[in-house]
Amino acid sequence: MIRFSHVTKIWPNGAPALRDISFHVPKGQFVFLTGHSGAGKSSILSLISAHERPTEGDVRVANLSLRTLRQGEVPKLRRRLGIVFQDFRLLDDRTTDENVAFALEVTGAPRAAIPGRVMRVLTQVGLASKARSYPKELSGGEQQRVAIARALVNDPPILLADEPTGNLDERATRSVFQLLRDINASGTSVIMATHNMELVRGTTYRNLELKQGQMVYDSQDEPLVEMAE
Amino acid sequence: MRLVTREAFRAFRRAPGLSALAVAAIGFSLFTTGLYALVALNFRGALEGLAERVEIVAFLMRGTPPETVTLASQDIAAFPEVLEVNYVSAEEALKRAQQELEEFREAYKELSSNPLPASLEIRLKPAYRSAAAARAVADRLAGFAFVDDVRYGREWVERLDQLRRLASVVQFMIGIAFAIVAMAIIGVTIRITVLQRAGEIAIMRLVGATNNFIRGPFVLEGAIKGVLGGLLALVLCWAGFTLFKAALGTDLPDLRFFRPLDLLVILLFGTLIGLLGSLLSVGRHLKAV
Repeated sequence: MIRFSHVTKIWPNGAPALRDISFHVPKGQFVFLTGHSGAGKSSILSLISAHERPTEGDVRVANLSLRTLRQGEVPKLRRRLGIVFQDFRLLDDRTTDENVAFALEVTGAPRAAIPGRVMRVLTQVGLASKARSYPKELSGGEQQRVAIARALVNDPPILLADEPTGNLDERATRSVFQLLRDINASGTSVIMATHNMELVRGTTYRNLELKQGQMVYDSQDEPLVEMAE
Repeated sequence: MRLVTREAFRAFRRAPGLSALAVAAIGFSLFTTGLYALVALNFRGALEGLAERVEIVAFLMRGTPPETVTLASQDIAAFPEVLEVNYVSAEEALKRAQQELEEFREAYKELSSNPLPASLEIRLKPAYRSAAAARAVADRLAGFAFVDDVRYGREWVERLDQLRRLASVVQFMIGIAFAIVAMAIIGVTIRITVLQRAGEIAIMRLVGATNNFIRGPFVLEGAIKGVLGGLLALVLCWAGFTLFKAALGTDLPDLRFFRPLDLLVILLFGTLIGLLGSLLSVGRHLKAV
């Protein structure tokens, strides 16, 4: 589903972000990306979503290679991903259902199908009753659920979550994390960057730990040589 | 298309102040340009009025037979530059002189014979009311055996020529300057609207919107602002024109406002500026992020 092959990313100012990273995430896996701030977690997510391109090596996502992907094809890749961020990134002047519907509208989904799909996914994240509320009327945890609903409404095979619980209190953190686990249980691959080691320790999910742009630990403990295939 | 329209109008609803500012910027920029165009238009009209007075007079030798004059008049009327030929007999010339030159009225009355010659007055077609054309026609007239002298107010016509040339160069340059300033102001205003919506653009990209899709509502929004700005400019121009005319009173030659076609051009120019400004701004933004 996602494959990094000897990926190095150097920023335009010469600072290295990632050095020789290789790993493979099979379909349906839940993966934590851990490490200190600046370790390279967000860089990995930016490469998966083609916000950045590797300086060396290749990234393959859902059968698309970043090495050959033209700029005009980036939307095609993004439609195979759902992405959520720490700061939710909702449109404040739109209600919950409008925010979710927006993701369908911009990808040209048939109009008649939109309300049904929006309500289905809002029910899935437990916010059907808040469909007509504006983001400002929702708690942080609820806003993150809306963002997750928006990420899921296109039925992507991969969900990227960049510190999705970073702005939430403990209770909201637990419920959002449980939601991500449920989503994964239904077959979606989830890549979650987090600082919250409690969440990581409480599960058996795979953990990729980064330090200064290098991968220092893979809980799956695959020998790096094999992954370079 | 429905979605593009909805998104464009949503932008107006969400930031009414900024939208009004953009419309006002387009409106006032086009207003100053339009006001300038009105001045130029009327100035040109006034110059053309002056040029209409370009006239060539050929004084005839005494005793030229009327038939010769009639035949020659027909020849002259056939010159490509000539609009009309008017024969003024010696008697008519005297009558005119008595009427028009009051201070000599008494002197003319006491004359025993008419000292004034008969003449041909020649008016030129609008395209030939220049010093060069007048000189060419005058030279040809001087070639007729019965023509004694030809006058066309050479200095005056040459001055008029210079004035017209200067006016068109100055008008063109000031016009370009006005248009550039207008486009710069409009460009900056539209850029602000794009930056204000940077977050929304980022989210659209995040969920897989293509660049063309993102551009659509912006371009429509820009075009609508352009139309509204153009209308505002026309209203302001009309108000300015009316006030100006009222302030001057009635003793001025006919000032004229834009013709319907001019109005349409201004409106289209506004629309185009709004549309292209948005397209460029959002394009630049999409390239930068």
